[in-house]
Amino acid sequence: MASELDLSRDRLDAPFARRVEELSGENPYACYQCGKCSAGCPFADHMDALPNQVLRLVQLGDESALTLSAPWVCASCLACGVRCPKGVDIAKTMEALRLLALRKGISHFPLTPDRPCPQIALVGAFRKLTP
Amino acid sequence: MKRLAYFPGCAMKDQARADEAGTLHALALLGYEIAEIPRWNCCGTVYSLAQDDLMRHVGPVRNLVRVQGMGERRVLTLCAMCYGTLARSARFVQDPERLQRINAFMDTEDDFRGGIEVVHLLTLLRDEVGYEKLAARVKRSLDGLRIATYYGCVLLRPREFAVDDPDRPEVMERVVEALGGTPVAFPERTECCGAYLTVGRKDIVEERVERILRSARGGGADVVVTTCPLCQFNLAERRLPQAPSVPVLYLGQVLGWALGAEEPAIADLLAGRPGASEPVCSGGAR
Repeated sequence: MASELDLSRDRLDAPFARRVEELSGENPYACYQCGKCSAGCPFADHMDALPNQVLRLVQLGDESALTLSAPWVCASCLACGVRCPKGVDIAKTMEALRLLALRKGISHFPLTPDRPCPQIALVGAFRKLTP
Repeated sequence: MKRLAYFPGCAMKDQARADEAGTLHALALLGYEIAEIPRWNCCGTVYSLAQDDLMRHVGPVRNLVRVQGMGERRVLTLCAMCYGTLARSARFVQDPERLQRINAFMDTEDDFRGGIEVVHLLTLLRDEVGYEKLAARVKRSLDGLRIATYYGCVLLRPREFAVDDPDRPEVMERVVEALGGTPVAFPERTECCGAYLTVGRKDIVEERVERILRSARGGGADVVVTTCPLCQFNLAERRLPQAPSVPVLYLGQVLGWALGAEEPAIADLLAGRPGASEPVCSGGAR
């Protein structure tokens, strides 16, 4: 008789994945990598890793996800989240990755903003790109 | 007259003044007494998606406290971004523990008790005014002006706060029809323009904007209409030379004009159309 197969997430024991989950409120392990998020992302062309790949790195507990440009290219448009068949709001995962980087005290606000720039854009960018 | 608390937000007093002017003109004719909330502050523009970031809800919640102080149960927004932050923060702090913490933090304010409904102009026009009544109040028809209705993100996503079906919205098209305009097929109408990326990644926004404008022009649009000041800015200002030159206006400009407000941008558009011979000011209701 075969021994019981343990498929639980506990086997991964990835503290990084747990931290991202805590911050985002989204379970990264709900994702089954169908790629629908990436297929519909209006910004995927500009990302160094596709949204589903970012989520895969989180699942694996791989902190290199924090060095990607993808979360900074994500504009929180939520197109991914409304289309996800598993109901994962990936924009929240992206936000968690941004916050983990920002909370080290590093701003991602551009030193030379593109002009002209209305206040609605500046406030939005300050709130997303500074600690 | 029906009293309605109104949160303008920064753009309505600056880049989107024409939107506010047209909308308030129309709402007065539709029987609303608009009461701007006192001492309002920035809504925060973008909603925080983090679980532990309560600080980012202080801005929107403080505005809701003002609404509560007026003795009102709901508040109107015209700006899509303001709608998003106010409506979502109102829901986020319904959790008793969060509410208690945010009230403790804002100790110079009255405690927020929750239960304030945040309404966007489009929802108000559909659910309370109704398309028929709106059409009946039209003073001069848009005369078939071909309008690309651009929703962008915040009006439709996330699903729980969408003003309409996030995949197949129609509220803005129905409003445009009620005003005598012709909505055009516009596949990019729900796709993001790049939003605040315009601050540091103008290149990305320019690419998005070109796609969106090509989609609008492909549907034969004379004009693109939106309710979001950030979308309006991006679509109008982040345009590469090769992008179609279709103008981008606010819904309030179209709405106000149809209900009799002065709005040179619409008059120019109608006059400049091929085949336009005489001013379209028939004055007749549809």
